[in-house]
Amino acid sequence: MVSSSPLLEVKNLRKHFPVTKGLLLQKTLGYVKAVDGVDFTITEGETLGLVGESGCGKTTTAKTVLKLEDPTDGSVEVYGKNVHTLKGQELREYRATVQAVFQDPWSSLSPRMRVRDIISEALVANRDVTKQEVDDRVAELLSQVGLHPFQAPLFPHEFSGGQRQRIAVASSLASYPKLIMLDEPVSALDVSIRAQIMNMLVDLQEQYNVAYLLVAHNLATVRYMAHTTAVMYLGKIVEHSETEDLFKYPLHPYTNALFSAALPSHPDIKTTEIVLQGEVPSPINPPSGCSFHPRCPAALADSELMKRCQGEMPVLAEAAPGHKVACHLYTGGATASVETGGILFKTGLEAEQSVLKLKGAIAAGIGSTVASAEEATRAVEASRAAGQAKAKKVVNVEGSGVAKENDNTSDAQLEADSNQEDKSSE
Amino acid sequence: MDATKDTRRTALKVEDLHTYFFNRWGTVKAVDGISFELKEGETLGIVGESGCGKTMTALSLLRLHPQPAAQIIEGKIVLDGEDILQLPEKEMRNVRGPKISMILQDPQTSLNPVYTVGNQIIETLDRRDDLLKNDLRKEAEESLRKVRVAAPERRLSDFPHQMSGGMKQRVIGAIAMAGGPKVIIADEPTTALDVTIQLQYLRLLKELQAETGMGIIFITHDFGIVARMCDKVAVMYAGRIVEEGPVREIFNNPSHPYTEALIGSVPKMEEKTDRLFQIDGQPPQLYALPVGCRFTNRCQYAKSKCIEAYPPRFSFGENHYASCWRHDESWDKIPSSTKEEITEMLEA
Repeated sequence: MVSSSPLLEVKNLRKHFPVTKGLLLQKTLGYVKAVDGVDFTITEGETLGLVGESGCGKTTTAKTVLKLEDPTDGSVEVYGKNVHTLKGQELREYRATVQAVFQDPWSSLSPRMRVRDIISEALVANRDVTKQEVDDRVAELLSQVGLHPFQAPLFPHEFSGGQRQRIAVASSLASYPKLIMLDEPVSALDVSIRAQIMNMLVDLQEQYNVAYLLVAHNLATVRYMAHTTAVMYLGKIVEHSETEDLFKYPLHPYTNALFSAALPSHPDIKTTEIVLQGEVPSPINPPSGCSFHPRCPAALADSELMKRCQGEMPVLAEAAPGHKVACHLYTGGATASVETGGILFKTGLEAEQSVLKLKGAIAAGIGSTVASAEEATRAVEASRAAGQAKAKKVVNVEGSGVAKENDNTSDAQLEADSNQEDKSSE
Repeated sequence: MDATKDTRRTALKVEDLHTYFFNRWGTVKAVDGISFELKEGETLGIVGESGCGKTMTALSLLRLHPQPAAQIIEGKIVLDGEDILQLPEKEMRNVRGPKISMILQDPQTSLNPVYTVGNQIIETLDRRDDLLKNDLRKEAEESLRKVRVAAPERRLSDFPHQMSGGMKQRVIGAIAMAGGPKVIIADEPTTALDVTIQLQYLRLLKELQAETGMGIIFITHDFGIVARMCDKVAVMYAGRIVEEGPVREIFNNPSHPYTEALIGSVPKMEEKTDRLFQIDGQPPQLYALPVGCRFTNRCQYAKSKCIEAYPPRFSFGENHYASCWRHDESWDKIPSSTKEEITEMLEA
């Protein structure tokens, strides 16, 4: 399904906006660190979902990739070429390769242009095409997005919201792009129309093998559309993994809080809610260390861990194969994190996902002296394998301790634990 | 919900409410015969897509519908034992606030930017007779504290732009609740908020409801909010309630094709969805409504009968009703039609 050549590579991307005072002699008071060191790659035909609350930097990231903003530091590479230094023909190539669909189809389509011109604009501007080719392409695209070719001479105001979004999608597809930025593509649409557009986007992806960078705040939308998902908080990616992996086993406390705040799809689904204290801090002066620490239920419950979270910035590292998380709970060294895991557990974890996290925390905690990321990785991996093999649901294990946890774990986990103990005694 | 122990008083009863717009294209039947009942301490969710008449229903309940373009031409709104449609406009000022009030969708626009928050809360409190002028500020502080605003004494002199979205929505909540209403209408109160803030706000509303025993009407298009908050649900389509019932009934046993499709078309957070159910087409124009069922053109089950007449309400146990011909005895005998045939018949 997904080929492996990296289409888009974002390396250590930073975008800081200066906060200034005064008109003529502008004094810089500080910087809004909208994006502060973000790395990710997208391969052809893949969808990456970026989720987070407003102000976390999702849109700035997308804008920088679109070359609508210049980065403060770091680079955005499309097929190995830094997009911010492109010129001439290469720049035109890039513009044809990367396209965007925006949130609000009422403001993203020019009211003075006919649908035909809106759709063919990217084609005419970036490639040499004859009039006949343009007409054929417009007719083809219109029918692909579920409209009629005879609607080409109409104006946008003659369409409903869902139809306008279809036009926006058609226009983004015109130049055979490799990557489309979807910035909240369905949130401005009616509920009954959303499913139409989401299904269409998924179908078109299969047809064109185009990659999407999906920026959304609706988690269910991301779960439906994205192959991999990155969770952002205050300009940083705090967790990044395969979508299914992430939704089944969210590791970062923020991800857990975010997921638990999502509304249930049925009244009988009762998730214990983790209500975060306060609001997202200002990105002008983000908290020291891990920027989530003032609101983090794990850190607040554990003063030892808190010290570390305040002082040291966690790096995004693999906690399990392909599952990256930036949190001290999983990098080891936090002595008290066994209990912390327990507390997290009590405050709101759905059995399956949480067992994993607790184990991660235990793995990191028990071998605290020499515990490394690899050990945590191994433990998590082993327990995941075990969990899948037995396919059992461990229902709400009390966070009281390791003993009870062990009752519920399979042999593989015990093995992993003992391995780890061996290693720590070495 | 078992009816045996449900002895709560009825806070609001709406009977056969019609709100029409009269304009040069004809009559737009925004609200076309709606009835429901809300008990004290109960939460009703009104669900539907935009243009189905949810907001117009809410405005009609407060008699704030845009006059003279829109008129309530029929129906009863019995609030606290009194039909407010019979009251003169002057007396409505004693109804809005003390008896029924509303929380609007967008906190950015529903507060006045040139007055302090305290000013705007006091404005509402000033309508109450039991308060002395000197106590107003204290009372305003108290009402902010009730909606869990930190440091209310300082917040009172803040302007709306100094507050975050979640905080502003709390202030609006405080204003709406200042008069101690029996019924609060919340018109998509959390669409402009982030998920974590949304959760804080929904919990706050629940807590306040438990304290004061007010009835809440939630106007929303999000079934997640319904699942989280509501005791019962009314699904609206093109000006009418097509299905209503207790919340679990609606989710477990949706009996109108529109409800079924609406629930099926929302991706789920809890599990992987392979393919979303999609509702094709658009809702009908409200000034050219068909005689029959209004969902016919988008319905996967539609038969010729659906075009001929509007379906009556069929009952499915306790307080669960749906208006759909599929539940009629004669349904199976009617020959089924393809989508094309239905479209043709509709156009004819």
